[in-house]
Amino acid sequence: MEIIKLTTPLTAEKVANLKTGDKVLISGVIYTGRDAAHKRMVEQVAKGEKLPFEMEGQIIYYVGPTPTKPGYAFGSGGPTTSYRMDAYTPPLLDLGLKGMIGKGKREPAVIESMKKNGAVYFGAIGGAAALIGKCVKKAEIVAFEDLDSEAVRRLEVEDFPVTVIIDTKGNNLYEIGPAAYLKTV
Amino acid sequence: MRDITVEKITDSVKKLCMDATRFIGDDVLSSLKVAQEGEKWPIAKDILADLITNYEIAASENLPMCQDTGMVYCEVEIGQEVHIVGGTLEKAINDGVALGYTEGYLRKSVVSDPIERINTKNNTPAVITYKIVEGENLKITVAPKGFGSENMSQLKMLKPSDGLEGVKEFVLKVVKEAGPNPCPPIVVGVGIGGTFDRVALLAKQAAIRNVDSFNSKPYYEKLERELLESVNALGIGPQGFGGKTTALKVNIEIFPTHIAGLPVAVNINCHAARHKSVVL
Ligand code: SF4
Repeated sequence: MEIIKLTTPLTAEKVANLKTGDKVLISGVIYTGRDAAHKRMVEQVAKGEKLPFEMEGQIIYYVGPTPTKPGYAFGSGGPTTSYRMDAYTPPLLDLGLKGMIGKGKREPAVIESMKKNGAVYFGAIGGAAALIGKCVKKAEIVAFEDLDSEAVRRLEVEDFPVTVIIDTKGNNLYEIGPAAYLKTV
Repeated sequence: MRDITVEKITDSVKKLCMDATRFIGDDVLSSLKVAQEGEKWPIAKDILADLITNYEIAASENLPMCQDTGMVYCEVEIGQEVHIVGGTLEKAINDGVALGYTEGYLRKSVVSDPIERINTKNNTPAVITYKIVEGENLKITVAPKGFGSENMSQLKMLKPSDGLEGVKEFVLKVVKEAGPNPCPPIVVGVGIGGTFDRVALLAKQAAIRNVDSFNSKPYYEKLERELLESVNALGIGPQGFGGKTTALKVNIEIFPTHIAGLPVAVNINCHAARHKSVVL
């Protein structure tokens, strides 16, 4: 299967071309954020405060990495389960967030908001954390340092391997994949 | 009587935490390799290959295999002839966890209070179970448990009339509802019998048992094989993208129960089914 090379930031066109099941290698800047950081960002949105980074065209990676070992750019960092971010996601999509990387199912409300705003949900391999950590060339904390592994980090990544799980039309690999496989047995 | 010092225990637990999070067991690795060869669904085959590579990198570079280095479940078997000297066993274990997680660059994922949620910053306390056995040895097992899979676990007090069919149905329901969330391929730990609390413990013990082991009772060994086949017929596959390999193994542990009850618990473990033991 062809592998698509994608560079951040994302645009409506780049995102519209991605289809559920596509294998993608992401390069460029992405941001990390998980439970606690999402809670704070959505509170900032509600209060009209400035967010740690401009959402427009960005990708958030749901990850809480291990501490970085000396001599490395980043720790082990595979995706965390995305549904815990569901409640906080639509307001960020409304601000122009174009991509999310995680693992696991999303709520219908998130999928509707993705369709409305033209965003994609990528899956990284859950548990392949040492492998994924190697794609991160540079990492720095940009907000909520007190949250430790949950702080918001700016990552420079090279060929970060992901699969499109939900595309801008709302097609869902968690439904399509197993159904297609079951037809072959 | 045999003396064992708390320093020795702390040191051992520290090493177990580091080793368990870096080196996957040969049982899981071989099982992944067999599954990878047997997968015909291309995306599933690729994912399994990546997981194998991940485990090889983690082991060769001393890196945590997964960023969720878990909450430590620790099982202690204390010979009744053992005398712990220099402090308490519980503190010795927690000191070992704290050292292992800080010095080993492991993620600290434990909060001190489930509602207040303040990180304890050293991954303590561990969840510890103690068993008093014969002899003068101390066996410690450390199983760091990730919560992507822990969160997908369920318990149900079935009626005796639900019987074997009820148990099978419940196991399949839990795996189905978990879907892609616990990072399949998973290890399914099933506890049957006992009481409300005991059945959860049985499921945990099943979830951290080697994937190349079987229940010693032929009846349950057969049920383990049968359930694995049913689970893998669901088609969820690695990461939930479809495929044969939804689970590497179904492990069952049982205990006698009450005339009025049939407790069943399913503790899901992910492919990072980590556990290391030492006998002191
Ligand atoms: S479920 Fe297991 S493999 Fe997946 S992120 Fe959690 S610990 Fe890692």
